[in-house]
Formats: sequence, structure tokens, C-alpha cells
Amino acid sequence: MSSGAIPDPTAPLTPSGNLRRRALVSRAAEIGATTAAAIAIAVLAIVIWTVVSRGAKAIDLDFIFTGYPTGVGPMLLGTIVIALVATAMAMPLGVLIALFLTEYAGARGARTLKLTLDLLNGLPSIILGLFVFALLVDHKQQSAFSGAVALAIIELPLIARGSQEVLQLVPHSLREASDALGVARWRAVLTVTLPTALGGIVTSTVLAVARAAGETAPLILTTSVFDPKAFSVNPFEALPNVPTWIYKLSEEGNPEGFTEAWGMSLLLVSFILFASLGARALLARSKRKLSS
Amino acid sequence: MSAPASAAARVAGRGASVSSLRKRADQFGDRALFGVCLLAALTAGAVIVLVGYQIVHGASPAISKYGFAFIYETVWQPNFGVFGAGSLLFGTAVTSAFALLLGAPIAIAIGLFLTLLAPAGVRGVVGPLVELLAAIPSVILGFWGLLVLAPFLQEHVEPTLHGTFGFIPIFGAQETTGLSVFTASLILTIMVIPIIASISRDLFQSVPAELQDGAAALGATRWEVVRGIVLPTTTSGVVAACLLGLGRALGEAIAVSQVIGAGSEIQSSLFKTGDTLASRIALQFPGALTELHKASLFYCGVILLVLGLASNLVAQWIGRRFAYAGAVAR
Repeated sequence: MSSGAIPDPTAPLTPSGNLRRRALVSRAAEIGATTAAAIAIAVLAIVIWTVVSRGAKAIDLDFIFTGYPTGVGPMLLGTIVIALVATAMAMPLGVLIALFLTEYAGARGARTLKLTLDLLNGLPSIILGLFVFALLVDHKQQSAFSGAVALAIIELPLIARGSQEVLQLVPHSLREASDALGVARWRAVLTVTLPTALGGIVTSTVLAVARAAGETAPLILTTSVFDPKAFSVNPFEALPNVPTWIYKLSEEGNPEGFTEAWGMSLLLVSFILFASLGARALLARSKRKLSS
Repeated sequence: MSAPASAAARVAGRGASVSSLRKRADQFGDRALFGVCLLAALTAGAVIVLVGYQIVHGASPAISKYGFAFIYETVWQPNFGVFGAGSLLFGTAVTSAFALLLGAPIAIAIGLFLTLLAPAGVRGVVGPLVELLAAIPSVILGFWGLLVLAPFLQEHVEPTLHGTFGFIPIFGAQETTGLSVFTASLILTIMVIPIIASISRDLFQSVPAELQDGAAALGATRWEVVRGIVLPTTTSGVVAACLLGLGRALGEAIAVSQVIGAGSEIQSSLFKTGDTLASRIALQFPGALTELHKASLFYCGVILLVLGLASNLVAQWIGRRFAYAGAVAR
């Protein structure tokens, strides 16, 4: 402001005094929020970059297809077996729970069941490890199956909640049409509702598998003592698997082992990232298709 | 839903005997489907009960030997058969509290950025990326913490903090390895941020636009809209989101065990080694030889289970109890 009572009419319109302070505070808050998002993205980028740059050196065909000490084939195979067994248990159960939620449960039952699923989802994975150890391993022997049970418990709430969300989106008109044709409820569920929601159910399952594939805590109690050379698919013995092997190598402190661990981390992270990004995109698409 | 369906079935079932066979099959099918669904739902409940039972059962030798003293006794010497979880409980409390104090403001700021600031294109990229942070397996994050973060903190961050704020006991002299409560807390911070951020983003999106527009029309700046409208309407939900994040931080075993250095004493400095309940289980359970050692680790599990269930239950209760917290408990 220039001197005199009349402000200079040609001066640019900038806030002054209190208004200026408020605008500055607001600006600072905006910068703070943007910085916070930038920090999170930077951490993600640094972690991924480290895994990629250090892991890529380790990976070649031998690394993937041969056993210890040249490669980690048995661990990859074992992880696949454990994930398949876990999903074979969790998926039917999860879909049935989702059906119970959407088809049968009253308001009260649904609330209790959802609370149960949320609590199950919130259980620390090491607790599930202890649980399965006490249930299946203690006084017996370690097995990939017991590890798979723990992973199934981790997958269960994710599959159930994901499937339930998709099932709810199945258009009422489809159900009403099958009712009008005199189709019994179970036939309608099996031939109309489930097939319509199948895409969403499968992608929820893939997301759950991506979450469970990297779980380590339950596996170190249930399937950690194994022969790293043996290609085996027998779930009733302890199978080599990627997470416990990374954990073991990281505890050993041997530089060659570190390289191997970075290689496995890269394989695991790329599977998880591609599976979850792909499944997310597909899930969003099938939800859009159902609700339109 | 069921009344028109059964009426329709009655109409369809009239007439030929083939139809009556089909009607009986349908009755059976309906009951069977309901039965398996109910069974599946009951299984979920049974798993929770069974988990609680097995953990407490496994801990029973230690519970009967130590009682509640286990919770505050700090001596843990497996070779002498003496166990107390005091220092572990302390480590769990410090790391989780640190992770929440640092992580929650960042996560809430990310939620605000995603709902109020970011243009649609940026939002579509940044949102999923932040959630991907939660998808990185803890063993890999811990491995990264061990080989990348810990040396970095030990060389650059800890000396600076010690040099500047060394008069405060929590910023003591750094150790040689970088394995410390501080490193573990930062790893946990990285883990809680995506959880709190994605829930608080959903919460902020649920705040009615009319309220925000009204405030803006009265001349409120963006920050004043946030401070006066968005945060007050969602406080309960944000608290619930933080509790869910706390539950995650309390229970993380693997990543913490890789970077915390497995110390056994309570130390005031963040830069010393320590240990948490979950991490102690992961580190010692595979090598535990005596029944009492195993039972003590199960006892740690009991404490962890109680803390985890409590934080989740309170979060769910808040989510159901208060308006605009709905995103926590859908």
C-alpha cells in the first residue's frame, strides 16, 4: 500500500494482514500434505529399486530351475504348493461365507459374522503360526500342510469380504427373473449369482494369495526345517519355501546369501506387485460392469 | 426373497410327477446350500475361539508358574529357565507408539492429499501406490531395513540426532550395527502408513460436499475447511484407523526381528537394541528346547493376542458407534 488514505488502484490484488497469514497457513498445509504423499511414494520407490537393482544380478535360468546351492527352484516350487493348498482350503470356505452373508444372514448375524472376519483379519500372523504349531506340529513334525492352514486363515477373511462385496453387486433383476421362472434358490445361486460374480471372486482370491504368499511368520514355525536341494511337492513334509529362506539368509549375514535373498525377493515382489495390480484393475472393471 | 421363490416353486411343481421329484430335489438343495453356508460361517467363528484356546493352552505351564508377574518381570534367561516379558512389552509399546506418532500424521496428510488436493489423474496413481506399500512382504521390508536402512541411519541420521539432541536421553549414542529400536520403529512406520492412509482417505471422501462448500463460501481457506469441517466430522473414524494401524504394528514379528537387534534390556535410548513380544516369538520359538521356554513364548502370544484383539475390537466399536466412521467397519 502506498502512502495516503486512498490505496493505489494499480497495485496488484494481494492479501494482507490476517488474510495473508491464513492463506500462508493454508499453503503450508497443502505443501505438507503433498510432501507426505511424496515421502510414501519415495519410500516405495527406494525399496523397489533396491530389490530390483540388487536382485536382478542373481536371477538367471539356473537360479530359477536348479536347487541349492546354484538356485532356488525347490523354494519356488514349495511356495507354489503351499499357496495352492492354502487357497484350495480358503477359497470354497470364503465363498460360502460370502454367500451366507448375502443370501441368508439377517442384519444381526451379518454384523457378527463381519466382526468375526475383521477380527480374523486383524490377528497377528505370528499368532496364527503359534496356533497351527500347537494344533498340527507340536509333538509331530513340520509340514507344508500346516503352513498352508495358517495361510488359509490369513486368506479366508480377505476372500470372504471381497466375494461378498462382488456378490452384493449382482443385479436384483437377474434374481427376480430366475424367481419368476420358478427356479429354486439354490439353483439360482449356483447358476445365476455365482457365475455372474465369478470374475470378482477370482480376483479377490488372487489378491488374497498375493497377500499370503509373502507371509513368513507362520511358516518359520511350521515349515522351516527342510532340504534346500530337494524338489518336492508332498505337502505332508516340510517344503522349502521362499519367505523362510529369505529370512534364514538375512539372519546368516553371508554376502553371497544376501545376493540370493535379493534375487528371491525380486521374484516374490514382482509376483505380488503384478498379481495385486492386475487383480485390482480387473476387480474395478468387473465391479463397474456389475453396477452399470 | 424366499416367499416369492417358494411360491414360484409351488406353481412350477404342480402337475407331472417329474416336477414333484424336482421339487423334492430343490427342497433338499435349498437346505443343503443353507447348511454348508452356515457351516462355513460357523467355521470362521470356531477358528477364532480355537486360536484363543490353543494359545492359552500352550501358555498354561508358564501362566501357572509365573502368573501376572510375567508381564512386568524383565529377566529373560532361557539357559536358567527364568522368563519375564517386561522388557518385551516395553519394546512393543515403544516401537508401536513411535510408529503411530510418526506414521499417523503422515498417513492422515496423505489421505487429505488424495481427497482434497490431488487432481484425478494423480489420485489414481498415488492412491494405489501407497496401498502397494502394504503389499510388500514384511520379510523383504525387514531385509531392506537390515541392509539399507540400518546402515544409513547408523552413519547419517543417528549421529546427527545424537549430536543435536543428545541431552535428551532417548537420543543416546548410536551402536555400531544400526540395529536398534529406532530402525524397527521406522520399519513399522512404513507398515502402518498405508493402512491408516487408505482408511482415512475413504473417511474424508465421505464428508458431505455441502458442508465443505458452505465453509468455503463463508471464506474459509482450504486448511480451515480441513481443520473446521473435514477433521472434526471424521475424528472418531481416524482414531479407529489409527487403532487398526496399532494392531498391525503390535503384531509384526518378522521385520522387527530382523532390525531390532534382539536386546534383552530396557534402555532409554532409541538407538540401542531391544525386542518386542512378536519378534521374540519369531526369533526364539524355532530353537526353543524346554517346555517352559515354549510356554513362555506362548504366554507372550497370549499378551499379543489380547492387545491385538482389544485394539481391533475398539476400532470396530468406534467404527460402528459413530457416524462418519463407517469406512472402518463397512
